[in-house]
Amino acid sequence: MNGPDVGASSAAPTGRRRRRRTRVDWFLTVLRVAVLAVLAVGLLAFIAQEINPDNPFARWANPDATGLTGAQFRGLVISGIAQGSMYGLIALGYSMVYGVLGFINFAHGEVFMVGAMTGMITSNKLADAGLWESNFIGSLVFIVVVSIIVSSLTAVVMERVAYRPLRGAPRLIPLITSIGVSFFLQNASVVLLGPASKSYPDVPDWVKAKHTFLQIEGAKILVIVVAALSMAALWYYVDRTKTGKAMRAVAEDAEIASLMGIGVNRTIVKVFAVGGAMAGMAGILWGILFRSVIHTTGFLPGIKAFSAAVVGGIGHLGGAMAGGLSIGVAESVGPLLILEPLGVSGVSQLRDAVAFSMLIIVLLVRPAGLFGERLPAEDRA
Amino acid sequence: MNKKLLTLLAALFALSLVAAACGDDGDGEAADTTPAPAATEAPDAESDDEMMDHLGDGSLGTVTVESGGAVQIRSLNAITGDVAFLGLPNQRGVELAVEHFGPIHGFGVDIGTGLDDLCSPDGGQAAAQAIVADDSVVGVIGTSCSGAAVAAAPLITNAGMVMISPSNTSPALTSDLAGTAGENYSVGYYRTAHNDLYQGAAMAEFVYEDLGLTSAAAIHDGDPYTQGLAQAFADAYEELGGTVTGFTGVNKEDTDMVPVLTEIAAGGPDALFFPIFQPAGDHVASQASGVAGLENVVLLAADGLLTDGFLELSQTAGMYFSGPDVRFGDNTNESTGRTADDFLSEYETLYGGAPEAAFWAHSYDATTLLLEAVEAASYVDGDTLVIDRQGVRDYLNGVSDYSGLIGAISCDEFGDCGAQRITVIHHEDPGDIATSKSNVVFEYP
Repeated sequence: MNGPDVGASSAAPTGRRRRRRTRVDWFLTVLRVAVLAVLAVGLLAFIAQEINPDNPFARWANPDATGLTGAQFRGLVISGIAQGSMYGLIALGYSMVYGVLGFINFAHGEVFMVGAMTGMITSNKLADAGLWESNFIGSLVFIVVVSIIVSSLTAVVMERVAYRPLRGAPRLIPLITSIGVSFFLQNASVVLLGPASKSYPDVPDWVKAKHTFLQIEGAKILVIVVAALSMAALWYYVDRTKTGKAMRAVAEDAEIASLMGIGVNRTIVKVFAVGGAMAGMAGILWGILFRSVIHTTGFLPGIKAFSAAVVGGIGHLGGAMAGGLSIGVAESVGPLLILEPLGVSGVSQLRDAVAFSMLIIVLLVRPAGLFGERLPAEDRA
Repeated sequence: MNKKLLTLLAALFALSLVAAACGDDGDGEAADTTPAPAATEAPDAESDDEMMDHLGDGSLGTVTVESGGAVQIRSLNAITGDVAFLGLPNQRGVELAVEHFGPIHGFGVDIGTGLDDLCSPDGGQAAAQAIVADDSVVGVIGTSCSGAAVAAAPLITNAGMVMISPSNTSPALTSDLAGTAGENYSVGYYRTAHNDLYQGAAMAEFVYEDLGLTSAAAIHDGDPYTQGLAQAFADAYEELGGTVTGFTGVNKEDTDMVPVLTEIAAGGPDALFFPIFQPAGDHVASQASGVAGLENVVLLAADGLLTDGFLELSQTAGMYFSGPDVRFGDNTNESTGRTADDFLSEYETLYGGAPEAAFWAHSYDATTLLLEAVEAASYVDGDTLVIDRQGVRDYLNGVSDYSGLIGAISCDEFGDCGAQRITVIHHEDPGDIATSKSNVVFEYP
């Protein structure tokens, strides 16, 4: 994909082999080694605790460390995967828009919030009518459809009103515009729905209860399965259909694609619609899992999903999902697995720090992200 | 393109500066003030009689209200955002108290536009700066949140104004109750809310003695209110002989609480106290039972979560909540002669519903106290009213057994004026919130 030059991440990896290593290269190498060493030490201390809590290495940095039981560790991983698959679904929208237009649509997190809000309103109406309890699966399908329609529409209108007039402007301009759109959507939600946090209706017991299969709550199984299905559907759409081919062509080179008879504007609208649909899907999953939504719900998950898209290699769809899962699991497991054995205090408040450190560490080691292609120099210029 | 954008931005910025500058005057015109050094102004011989019977030595300067002007006080509460359920009733308490109190020596009282503390240090600081820029202001009722007060109190009290908070409860803002000032105490700061050392002690005693649970953990969200209360609980609980198995924090925006609950579960506590706010509180309550090791933990929360929006959630059934004693009964505010029932019926007529949080009465009493203080510290000079800033503080320092809606109010030397009565309620049925709110299972002291 045609990535623009994005500052430091393009620190000329191709030229490095030919040139003498500069001080910056040395510094980066030392930093990489140091970061990986800290991770390794934390991990080793954790493993030492698990083997025998009384051995000297386990108590080396944190005398109070207790380690985790198997059930607790599994709980952390599952909740990380559930959270991460939502990040992944949102990240797809970031990644696809970046792929075709080359800018980061920061308002995408708000599209997710709109999806969650729509689901909240629809599901409460259904609960009032008694359908939510009597036919949960049917209601769920219904709110998913409504929410996908509303959030796709939001994304498409956003593209038409805010971004299309700026087509051809320097990339910074739509980026700043997207921050404005983000504020607009948040405040529109406050005006329309009020500033208080709003809850989803109570879900049936089988969703709340833990199932014999790995002792996972129904809601988390639901989230993981639905996210996997959406991902598969999207992959099929982009990789196997004609529209998907058009999207990839526009991403490759919009000008040549239009010369080949592809409607560029129409394709871009479809990209926004599909990205919006994925965000709407994630919004519903969020509602089922956390059952509470507020106008700022989209902000932090949006930023994390953006990080996920970058971790996976921006523009790469599988990468976005993998990035989302790895950030979700890292922020869930990381504090207790790496930081607590190292003797850091207040680890649970550091989950956001862990998520963003993960972004930095991945970029240090692989500047183009996990699945990103290293672009030849002329493409990056 | 870029130049045009820059010009536009610059123009917008300039406009906003002008707008901000215009926003501040407005109220200041009616009143005039003399700065502290000028307090030596020679009083007119005729007005000596009136001057005799007012409090204060003029050491903090005076505020002169011109004929036709009004005494300026301000309300600074969290009226937007997640905590608006707390701040809005506070602000309305101020409005009603001002209306009921009536004029001071024939001069009206103006509260200006209700200011917002945003429940954050940034919000408290910004609003406090706006307040102190107008030196006709005598006192402030606020803030709603302890976090905002930490930033606002020094600014407001340094300007010679007093600040009376209806709902700050952090011990850091007043004292440790053993004679040592808290790290954020400012002279000129008062509050009618309780000190959380009492609330922490109440919850600890209830858990250890009434429920008979010997191990507990606490979670805060980094805010001075939640941190202070969680710490007060942990300290009191250990003093009683209980074991605190975990003391940790979350972020206000966190949604996935499984990691923090797993950290807590490692200690295997019988009870979990999380005196935080919505929405983080919703997630702790709903996810706790799903974490291995916490299946049967008893959940406890405090007044920050004692709201209808939280009590309605099905996962809150069976929880215990500590909070100020809100059974006001026949307590009468001695300045206005109103009881809590009078207040509530008027509130419902005016605002179309009962107040969502419990501190409206504290706000009402705080306001009448401030107005009493202004009355005692002011005198009429010709056709102007002169208010002695030090006199306002002198009055508040000496408040003893003042009858308010919340009970008998007496101020200690660090500004703690609250009635300090705490109750614990047991929430049994999310479908019947009113019953839960009056289901008092423990009283302190």
